[in-house]
This record gives sequence, structure tokens and C-alpha cells, in this order.
Amino acid sequence: MNPLKYILEKEFKQIFRDPAIIRVIFILPIIQLIILPMAADYEIKNINISIVDRDHSTTSNRLIHKITSSNYFKLVDYSGDFNQAMTGIDNDKADLIIELPRGFEADLYARKEAKLFLAVNAINGVKANLGATYLRTIIQNYNNDFRIALLTPGRFNELPVIETTSSNWYNPRMNYKFFMVPGILVLLITMIGLNLSAINIVREKEIGTIEQINVTPIKKFHFILGKLIPFWILGLIVITIGLFIAWLFYGIIPLGAYFTIYVFAAVYLLVILGMGLLISTYAENQQQAMLISFFLLMIFVLMGGLYTNIDSMPEWAQWVTKFNPVAYFIEVMRRVVLKGSGLSDIKQPLLIMLIFAIVINYWAVISYRKRS
Amino acid sequence: MEKYHSEQASIVVSSVSKSYTSGKTVVKALDNISFEVEKGSLFGLIGPDGAGKTTLFRILTSLLLFDKGKALVDGFDVISGYKEIRKRIGYMPGRFSLYADLTVQENLNFFASIFETTIDENYDLIKGIYAQIEPFKNRRAGKLSGGMKQKLALSCALIHRPSVLFLDEPTTGVDAVSRKEFWDMLKGLKNEGITILVSTPYMDEANLCDKVALIQSGSILNIDTPHNITHTFSKTIYRIKGRDMQALLLQARQWDFAEQVYPFGEYHHAVIRQQSTELHFPEGVEASRIHPGIEDVFIDLMRNHDQ
Repeated sequence: MNPLKYILEKEFKQIFRDPAIIRVIFILPIIQLIILPMAADYEIKNINISIVDRDHSTTSNRLIHKITSSNYFKLVDYSGDFNQAMTGIDNDKADLIIELPRGFEADLYARKEAKLFLAVNAINGVKANLGATYLRTIIQNYNNDFRIALLTPGRFNELPVIETTSSNWYNPRMNYKFFMVPGILVLLITMIGLNLSAINIVREKEIGTIEQINVTPIKKFHFILGKLIPFWILGLIVITIGLFIAWLFYGIIPLGAYFTIYVFAAVYLLVILGMGLLISTYAENQQQAMLISFFLLMIFVLMGGLYTNIDSMPEWAQWVTKFNPVAYFIEVMRRVVLKGSGLSDIKQPLLIMLIFAIVINYWAVISYRKRS
Repeated sequence: MEKYHSEQASIVVSSVSKSYTSGKTVVKALDNISFEVEKGSLFGLIGPDGAGKTTLFRILTSLLLFDKGKALVDGFDVISGYKEIRKRIGYMPGRFSLYADLTVQENLNFFASIFETTIDENYDLIKGIYAQIEPFKNRRAGKLSGGMKQKLALSCALIHRPSVLFLDEPTTGVDAVSRKEFWDMLKGLKNEGITILVSTPYMDEANLCDKVALIQSGSILNIDTPHNITHTFSKTIYRIKGRDMQALLLQARQWDFAEQVYPFGEYHHAVIRQQSTELHFPEGVEASRIHPGIEDVFIDLMRNHDQ
């Protein structure tokens, strides 16, 4: 007779009798994967622009037309007064001011050079940055058009110009959903796995059932394994649901094999669940366990490479991400989904995860004490 | 594993001390406690809340390490022989600690199987108790009444036929009828040869034990059979009754011949000072000398211990 069998039987019964867990497992992935990718769009649209036009010339009109027709900018104010435009920024109505000085057109023709002024509301850093960049690109384009129109045909540019064309490998249309959805799926199973396992043993502590378990000859190893396996299976089910939704709603079919994803996920889940159980053995009550797991999740997510770019972090932060399992899985997920990597391509992160899994679970078994 | 051969004693506690540190203060939960429990006897641990009863139980059930002393259960040291001990003891903690989301039968089955036994194998032992909740065997444990929960907990603690049974305040919060029923069940288990250590804050339950230990603030004040405890008590006790009991209590506490007066059911009990020769009870007060009960002894012991 194997005691593990009875523990598993008991754990599964408890899980399936808990309506909250079932809801979390089935409803959470659906909502997160359907709604979040739509919201988590990297492109900045609807930048509110305020234009101060003191020139009122054909050239300035054309430039303004070009800006407003780009879909990125929304004209909120058009005036000839900078102070009025500034009030717009103060009231958070405008994100950007572009000022075209008097004599803009005249200077451009006469001196072959003209100045304009950009003021950016930097409260929202990303929006300000991207907005200014977009605007600069538009102005540059306009500048080129203007030069071409002005130059006599047949003559080459007087000044050499480097023109860049780029092509996007692995995601040709730069569909952000292709890299967001797999990433969000990783966050999702991390969240579910960590929280469910973190509150599990601690709940037995709170209800007092652990006392009754501790006086039995049950082995620690069996007890922890009995907690780990059901959540491991649930985690794989959530991934399956997630991959199905990714296909159904976004048409995402991994270039690589589903098998590769599952192999990595199987090891990854051991890391996350082990971490949860470790929290569970140290925490005194569910509140503590939730707080600790929330804190860890926050770091994992923000340093995971989904919303922030790991390569642009300072070096110490990049070192921290080396201990972040989420970063590994997001990386692997993207490689498999977008690039078609196979098992041999991901063997390094896989090995690292395996080591993580062994260390953390061993630690969890050791730190769970049947006596105090 | 070294096994200590002791013919009669099933539980041996010698000079066990345990203190907790909470913040900067050290709380002594058990202070140099020693006692023995005979094999197959019903031993009561009587004491108020916070006396250290649960700490002692957790030590004996191998859940808690202690600072000093030695404790043996069924011949095994609770520190080094915890694995053996966990196979042969039954523990019913003070708080209901079975799985509320499993049914009665599932709980019992689960505990039977982790002890590598079955319900059928030991059905005869729990029959008297389990038969009463068997009609509800498909009900979730969390939905049972207090008395039924307690019977289920006892069944689960007994399912592997333990040689020593630890019951931590099993009757706290249980109605009078169920309490009586419960003690009858314990007598039945005693007849099966199981050693039982039971703790209770109710002094009236002391009479139902073979031997009792009165514990307070981590020390044992007295250990003896209930009979000996009452018969070796040397003080004289009167029970008094008047028209206005509340006024009488306050008045009686002023009497110089009364050492202590406390309410006791429909009477007050007055402990008489040893030197007093003449007792003058006021008019209208009905007073008669009684044999001291076990509660009287305990109240006296606890009072003297406090001073």
C-alpha cells in the first residue's frame, strides 16, 4: 500500500469540492487571455497634441495635416498662442505642443532652414518619449518630401543621406499579440500555481488539520509530494486551456512543437509549486502566505521581460533576472512559439529550471517540520 | 531503537520543562513536571485555561520539543522514538481538526489508510462510537453538529487501535448529555486496555478518572486518585444558603471564621479556618457541614498556589 495514493485521493477530492479553485482554473485564463492582450498594446495611440501655428502658411498647413492624419495624434487645440497651449498641458488635456514660429515657410525657402519647437508633457514617460519620437519621424519625412519637391529632377542629393529599411524576423507584421499572449500565459500559470500552492499547507495549519496529520506516521516527502502533484496537473491543464485560447482567439499556433512547451512547462511548474510550498511551510497563516507570494509575483512580473526589457536593465538587475523563473519561461515560450525552437535549442534554460526545481523542492521538504 | 521496559507505566514524564519566548518575555509553560500514567488507566489532567495542558499534550504526542527532562510514551522516548510513537498513539486535539470538506466516511477512511489499516479491521473498537454517526457517513464533516464532530474525531483517533489515547479538552463546549455520553465511551475504551490521558477544565469530570493531576501555571499541584484527594483533605467545609445569595456571599466573606467562601451551585461553600472553634452563622442562614468534593480541594489548592 502506498500512502501517497491516499494523500493524492484526498487532495483531489478537496480541490474538486472547492468551487473557488475550479473557477480560478477555468475562468481566470479565459478572461486574462482574452482581455489583457488587447489592453497591453505597446503602440501609443491617441496622443493629444496642441498646435501653436503662428505662420498660417501652406507649408505649416501641410505639416499639420500630415501630423493629424497619422492616426497617432489627436488634435485637441489649435491656436496662435503658446500660453493657451501650455494651459492645456497644465490641465493634462494635451501631451505635446508643437509650435511653428512666424516666418516658418519664408525661412525654409529663403535660408533653406527653419525651426520649430516641441514641448512634451513628461508625466507619462512612455507616452512623452514615443510621442516625441513619432513626431520627429513625421517631421523628418515631411522634410524629405519637401526637399525632393524642391530639388531639380535629375540632380542627386547634395548631402548624403542614409535611409533605413528594416524587416521583422519571426514576427513579420510586428503583431504585438504574438509575443504578448504567450507571455501572459506564462504569467497566468505562475500566478495560479504560486498562489494555490502557497496557501495550501498554510490552510491546513490554520484549520488545524496539520496537527492531526503530524501525529501520524506519514512521511514529509509523501505529504509534500501529495500537495505538489495535484497542482502540477492543474497547471498543465491551465496551460492547455491557454494554448487553446491563443489558437482560437489569436490564431497563434507555435512554430515549434507543443511537446517542447509542455516539457518546459512541466519542469517550470515544479519550480513555481515548490516555491509556493516553501512559502507555505514558513508562513503562519494564509494572509502572510498571500502577501509573500504577491510580493514575489510582482518582482517576477516586472523583471520577467514581458512588460520591461531585460537587456536594457542595469547589470545588477539583469543578474536578478537570472533567478527569475518567469523570465526563463517567457523567453522559451517566445522562442518556441515565434521562432520554432526545439528541445535542443532550449536545453540550457531547461537545465537551469531543473536545478531550480530540485533545490527549491528539497528545501520545501526540509523546512516542513512535523514538530516544532 | 531503545525501548524502556516498564511494566505498569504507559506514560512517564520526568522533570519536563518548556518555556516560550514571546518578544522579550519568557513564559514558562511547563515547570519541572513529573508524573506517570499506569497502563490501561484513565488519567485526568485538570487545570484552568493556560495551565500548560495543551503544551504537555503536544510534547507527549511528539509535536513539540522541550527544554529539559525526559518523557516516555509506551516505552519510547518522545524525542528519539517519535516515529514509533506516532504509530501507536491516537491524538484528538482540542480544536476540531478533521477535513471539513471530506465526508464522515472519507475522513475515517483517510486516517485508516495512512495508518495502513482499514475501517473493517478495527471496526469492533470504534463500533460503539461510530455507529452513532454512521447514518450520516456521507455528510461532510464540516456540516456535523458539535457532538457528532467529536465522535468522528474520536473514531479517527482510534481507527488504528492506538495503545495510548490523548484527548485534549474533548468535552469543552459540549452539552451536559453529550459530555456524560463521552465519558461512558472512554470507560469502554479503557476496558479495551487503552491508556487514556484526558485533559479538562471541568473539575466535576475529575471524579470519572482513575487518577487526576491538578495542573496550574505549568506546575502540578497534586496527583492522586479522586478518592484519596478528597479524603486526605483536612479542612472543614460548610455549605450555606440564604434568601439573598449574592448578599450572603459578600457578607460571608467578612466572617472571621471563614477562610474562603465561593458560590457552588445553589449553595455557597465556606472553608472554615482551622483555628476556629465556634461558628456563628447569622439568623436565616442555613448551614451544614459537608464532605469536601474534589472541586473544593482544587479550589483550595489553586488558591494557595497563587499566594
